[in-house]
Amino acid sequence: MSVILIKGGHLIDPAAGVDGLRDVVLRDGRVAEIMAAGKAKVEADAQVIDAKGLTVAPGLVDIHVHLREPGQGHKETIATGTAAAAAGGFTSVAAMPNTVPTNDSPEITRWIQAPERKASVRVFPIGAATRGLKGEVLNDYAALKAAGVVAVTDDGHPILKDSTMREVLKNATRNGLSVIQHAEDTRLTGGCSMNAGVTAFRLGLRGMPPEAEYGLVERDIRLLSELTREVNGSKVGHLHVAHTSTAQAIAAVSQARRNGLRVTCEVAPHHFLLTEEHVRAYNTNAKMNPPLRSIADRDAMIQGILDGVVDAIATDHAPHAAHEKEVEFERAPNGITGLESALGLSLRWLHHEWKLPLGRVLSLLSAQPAALLGLKGRGTLTVGSFADVVVFDPKAEWVFRAKDSRSKSKNTPFDGWTMQGKVWWTISEGRVVFKGV
Amino acid sequence: MPLIAASAARRSVVRPALTAFPEPYSAGSVMSVHSLTVERVSAILALATQLENEDPLKRATRLAKRRIALLFYESSTRTRTSFELAAKGLGADTTLVSSLSSSIEKGETLKDTGLTLKALGAEAIILRHPSSGSPWLLERETGLPVLNAGDGMHEHPSQALLDLRTILAHLRPGVETATAETLAGVTVTIVGDILHSRVARSNMLLLPKLGARVILCGPPQLLPAVAAEAGPGLEIERDMAAAMKQSQVVMMLRIQAERLAGLQLDLEEYKSSYQLNEARLAEYAPGALVMHPGPIIRGLELTGEVADGPQSVILEQVHHGVAIRMALVERALTAGSAAACDAMGGRQ
Ligand SMILES: [Zn+2]
Repeated sequence: MSVILIKGGHLIDPAAGVDGLRDVVLRDGRVAEIMAAGKAKVEADAQVIDAKGLTVAPGLVDIHVHLREPGQGHKETIATGTAAAAAGGFTSVAAMPNTVPTNDSPEITRWIQAPERKASVRVFPIGAATRGLKGEVLNDYAALKAAGVVAVTDDGHPILKDSTMREVLKNATRNGLSVIQHAEDTRLTGGCSMNAGVTAFRLGLRGMPPEAEYGLVERDIRLLSELTREVNGSKVGHLHVAHTSTAQAIAAVSQARRNGLRVTCEVAPHHFLLTEEHVRAYNTNAKMNPPLRSIADRDAMIQGILDGVVDAIATDHAPHAAHEKEVEFERAPNGITGLESALGLSLRWLHHEWKLPLGRVLSLLSAQPAALLGLKGRGTLTVGSFADVVVFDPKAEWVFRAKDSRSKSKNTPFDGWTMQGKVWWTISEGRVVFKGV
Repeated sequence: MPLIAASAARRSVVRPALTAFPEPYSAGSVMSVHSLTVERVSAILALATQLENEDPLKRATRLAKRRIALLFYESSTRTRTSFELAAKGLGADTTLVSSLSSSIEKGETLKDTGLTLKALGAEAIILRHPSSGSPWLLERETGLPVLNAGDGMHEHPSQALLDLRTILAHLRPGVETATAETLAGVTVTIVGDILHSRVARSNMLLLPKLGARVILCGPPQLLPAVAAEAGPGLEIERDMAAAMKQSQVVMMLRIQAERLAGLQLDLEEYKSSYQLNEARLAEYAPGALVMHPGPIIRGLELTGEVADGPQSVILEQVHHGVAIRMALVERALTAGSAAACDAMGGRQ
């Protein structure tokens, strides 16, 4: 019987509408009681966390991470990736299926969730939408769902063909799964390594045009709209746009929602903070897909978050070994790590600089992504929910050092950046999985 | 709509700082003309002249027994030979590593090749590489001064400097240094495959620093409109006659067939619009210098008659290359080594 009492902290639980001083009692992996501060009795065997002056919030939920297992343990393992997640305040992560082999099967889905992987926090596998992410043959969604996947995607690759995407949407809807699209019309991005525009021209690099993203988002919305009409709206499918990076994609999602479709989107911290200018020294830690975009696009990501069009902040945590990134820019793999900098950057910029209320920042990092993928009992601290908690000092400033990262890889453009909000405790299903020092 | 009002107000808020174009770590590196201020350009031109006029025996003592590596991942005749002659003229020992005759073939990375050359005693590396930005990687990983001898579609700074010296020799005879006004009143038209040309990028960014006006001329597939925003003093004129009429210099570029990447180009149509032939030259720019970085494809971007004609300075360009590269090599091994150490220390 393990009991944790979090005493006197400022509880912010956006989904439950709680914003005030509370004692929180966790028992056997669940939230047992929420009481006015000072009211909770200290049980003899309870571990007491003094949260005076600290914020207590639902453990964060990242619906877009690459944990690299099976197959690429030199970049990250489920153990190291989830240790990084815990250090960043995350208690739930959704693992993308572009592993080696790809997550096409119930066996791999179960392997990912097995206790032998030594995950610090809960891992929700996402299944490959098509066999080998090739965009041709659909996997068995019913079997994948039974094994535990929470969505399907070909992330890293788009589902490009209209006919395939239509089948994916239909089948996923029938099985109650979300479809996550990596929106990139690869017919327009061959040989490209950054955003199209004057910076790419100046640097002699081939550029990905923004329409490669928003064109596919618009296509997907059209397909979803057609399917919804076919079934008279009786069973509405869910399309989620991963790592949105262009102003037009945000606009398309917003419009689709006004038209009654279930379309959601996520934005990564690097897309609301950085621009293509960061590529100037051919910094391979500024190389990801979708690429860093123009200033106007970056500002549209901020605006989309402030205006509530964006449903979640997701990191697209994509670890790569040092030697893989220490190569010519065009040859370097896409992606950066993000689990340990997402909260600090979001608080520093969205909350402190741009005055988004703390509750809304936390909602974008927990309640909303949990709801988006239907992760029951996550992203909230109502009684009976999972005892997934992050306790942090919202005022503390600190400097992020890549070398101190728990992730096996250090490929981040945010090395040396000032962060706000220091994580003191991360609790996953009632176990302390990270303790700040 | 209160939301819109709020949105407008928010647009003025603080954003994370943008990164500037980075300076090289080593003061002796030349990787992009971006870091070449007018003062630096002027010093390089003066040094080139000084070295060219120096007694060859004395000159050969300047870098006696110093080691310079030429690391060439693409074939090259003129640039490689030119750098090699320049380094040898200063007395340096050179070693050529090319992708066809080395461990590069076996999959060694640029980082490891660079570190190996450093361990063998190389004090500077001259790099030609098919990937844009590779000099930054090499410099970052080795800490050695790097001279960019052409990186992908990015830049070819020594070519732009020798082109500048050629232009000065004709249009500003006797001028050995440079200011922001030296080329005031001069219009240079660059014609052809600008999208894929590192020579074009270096020239279009260097010449306006000295006051020149640069007209870019070519079809949209080879010259995107965005090129005009790459720096100050740039314009696009798609009509070759209109561009030539305004120009004292016409710089022709080769079609980079190896970089077209599936782009379909009708060569006959291209020639009819953009080939420099005797008729065009006589009608639109009878007094202009005709330049070309080489290698030339006679009968494609220009005719043999024009290449060999009286307005052509193509071989003079090659000649100026050796002097400019002597200056760059000398500078790489002597310019501000203390500053370079500081820069390295500060970046570790
Ligand atoms: Zn993706």
